Amino acid sequence: MVNSNIVARTGNEAMAEAMRQINPDVVAAYPITPATEVVQIFASYVADGLVDTEFVPVESEHSAMSACIGSAAAGGRTMTGTSSQGLALMAEMLYIAAGLRLPIVLADVNRALSSPINIHCDHSDTMMVKESGWVQIFSENCQEAYDNMLQAIRIAETAKIPVVVTTDGFIISHGMERMEMLSDADVKKFVGEYKPENYLLNLEKPITIGALDLTDYYFEHKRQQIEAIRNSKKVILDVAKDFAAKTGRSYGLFEQYKMDGAEIAVIAMGSTAGTAKVVVNALRKKGVKAGLIKPRVFRPFPKEELADALAGLKAVAVMDRSDSMNAHEGPLCVEIKAALFDKGVSKTVLNYVYGLGGREIKLEDIEFVFGELADAAKGKPVSRVSYLGVRE
Amino acid sequence: MSAQKKAAKPGWKELPEGDLIIGGGTAAEFKTGDWRSMRPILLKDKCINCLTCWVYCPDSAVIVQDGKVVGYDYEHCKGCGICYNECPVKGKAIEMVSEKAAKAKEKK
Amino acid sequence: MKEMTEIRWHGRGGQGAKTAALLLADAALASGKYIQAFPEYGPERMGAPVTSFDRISSGPISLHSGVINPDVVIVLDPTLMDSVDVTEGMSSGGTLLVNIERSPEEVKKIFNIPAEVRICTVDASKISKETIGREIPNTPMLGALVKATGILDFKDMIEDMKKKLEKKFKSKPEVVEGNLKAIERAYKEVKS
Repeated sequence: MVNSNIVARTGNEAMAEAMRQINPDVVAAYPITPATEVVQIFASYVADGLVDTEFVPVESEHSAMSACIGSAAAGGRTMTGTSSQGLALMAEMLYIAAGLRLPIVLADVNRALSSPINIHCDHSDTMMVKESGWVQIFSENCQEAYDNMLQAIRIAETAKIPVVVTTDGFIISHGMERMEMLSDADVKKFVGEYKPENYLLNLEKPITIGALDLTDYYFEHKRQQIEAIRNSKKVILDVAKDFAAKTGRSYGLFEQYKMDGAEIAVIAMGSTAGTAKVVVNALRKKGVKAGLIKPRVFRPFPKEELADALAGLKAVAVMDRSDSMNAHEGPLCVEIKAALFDKGVSKTVLNYVYGLGGREIKLEDIEFVFGELADAAKGKPVSRVSYLGVRE
Repeated sequence: MSAQKKAAKPGWKELPEGDLIIGGGTAAEFKTGDWRSMRPILLKDKCINCLTCWVYCPDSAVIVQDGKVVGYDYEHCKGCGICYNECPVKGKAIEMVSEKAAKAKEKK
Repeated sequence: MKEMTEIRWHGRGGQGAKTAALLLADAALASGKYIQAFPEYGPERMGAPVTSFDRISSGPISLHSGVINPDVVIVLDPTLMDSVDVTEGMSSGGTLLVNIERSPEEVKKIFNIPAEVRICTVDASKISKETIGREIPNTPMLGALVKATGILDFKDMIEDMKKKLEKKFKSKPEVVEGNLKAIERAYKEVKS
């Protein structure tokens, strides 16, 4: 076990602290609310000489990710941070980073996408780039934001896949919480030294990177990338195991909260999962067999594992903090249903799209969801897709 | 130029990861000479060996030995004519001829 | 005291409502509590009414929704009370702590505060002017809060503040002294 230190930090401070302790070679970033502080605080560490990082201030998020790609291709340990429109502007380069298999780590503070313009939390930004080939890890609170950042760098470098770690905008990014930090020395030991197999600045072993890949090679490279994303599940679990051995804090692909003997359960990601735990506790006290599943890793999607965890339930409610605009349901719900279908499990799955643009999600809202779930479990008709907390 | 024998391409498990090509100077294996429709011919008696063509050639296809231009690497020369255009010699030390005519002449 | 206390701060943009919430959380953390501190973000303008929040608990806090039914409400600027209902959502038996030169009885009458709300007052603006030399009511309000609610041990709190202020104002011992004096005076002078 390592020494730890109890501190009060906001989510943004927690992510910046993790970056300081990782001490990457390069950070290239452009500020955007509510993620500005992550790189602003980190820039102050650079100015104060607390890290050895080359900080590259750029003129846009597209440039930020481009610079990160250059740095990572050259062989540098590379990190950045952004949110919402910034992530959207990066989208083109996110695919390139992933396709070139560059282990960049990005701190994304979840924020709604325009239009209408809004600075508050929902998951539309992260969901917009869910197909880009990045591992996506959601954090419930400041502690998880910090822990996930430390694990992300090892996941990225082992799997050769870039990783995005998200927190919920303002709720976590600007909310101060009690958390445990590792010592600088322990983080250094945990993340280790980055030794890329191939990199542009290696004069002993020259390479070409990003060559034109037409009909004869593109498919093979993509197939390879798909396999790497599949295999990254194991990498994520291995890193989590090592992290748990050192800190006592366990992580998996998803968290199961009071799922033993549960008959109904809510599936929710990010900070809402924490609020849902309060409701689950209250329901359990009343004798309701309620549980919660909190997906931590959305990409790769833990399909088989989740289907197994859901198999014994009577009914499930999937809470989506964004919508797919597919004219049926939210992105998490789509994935859950596909997982259940392939498992041959037919189950009542309710979908609740909630919290768009930072709309408050209260205990009563989640109580309402559990109420509907209990009705659905008894076979009462309940709307399959609901928009929770919207004015009708 | 003789047609290259088609080798079986590697499957996705054999390829280096991340759209990488391992090793340096791999462009040499990529023969672009058959793209050419106009061929540069060196006129040795006019050439002043200023090496301007060598500097400008985008395909490194000007062959220089002991500081002197000795000819062109027709396996890689695409026939772009930049060497001809940049040649500072009055009346030009390079002649651009039709590839078709040059080939016909070679066969005779 | 119940397991978790929820606190709402009312101030105007620039008055330090957010800083006060963070300071309190930090002090609570130092005494072994679990904490949350967060501001409410809207369009921020200097002088506009703003709120910030604290949750202080003996156990881990997983709740991430806003504070709707605060146990304690602190008003840094009483001029807000004409336009903002500072008692909104207050749980019965909750404490309202106001930075004002008036007595709790006067506040109750003037602002028509419901009977079930316990009112405490302290002139933190005057205290801060006399001790720190500027009107910074948020630090003395921490002292008043501790007295009014018993949420933290006063000795622990003042020790922790001393440590933090000494670290922050290394070259300005007068600032440290002024702030500590402000907290102590507010602790003593708060009326209920």
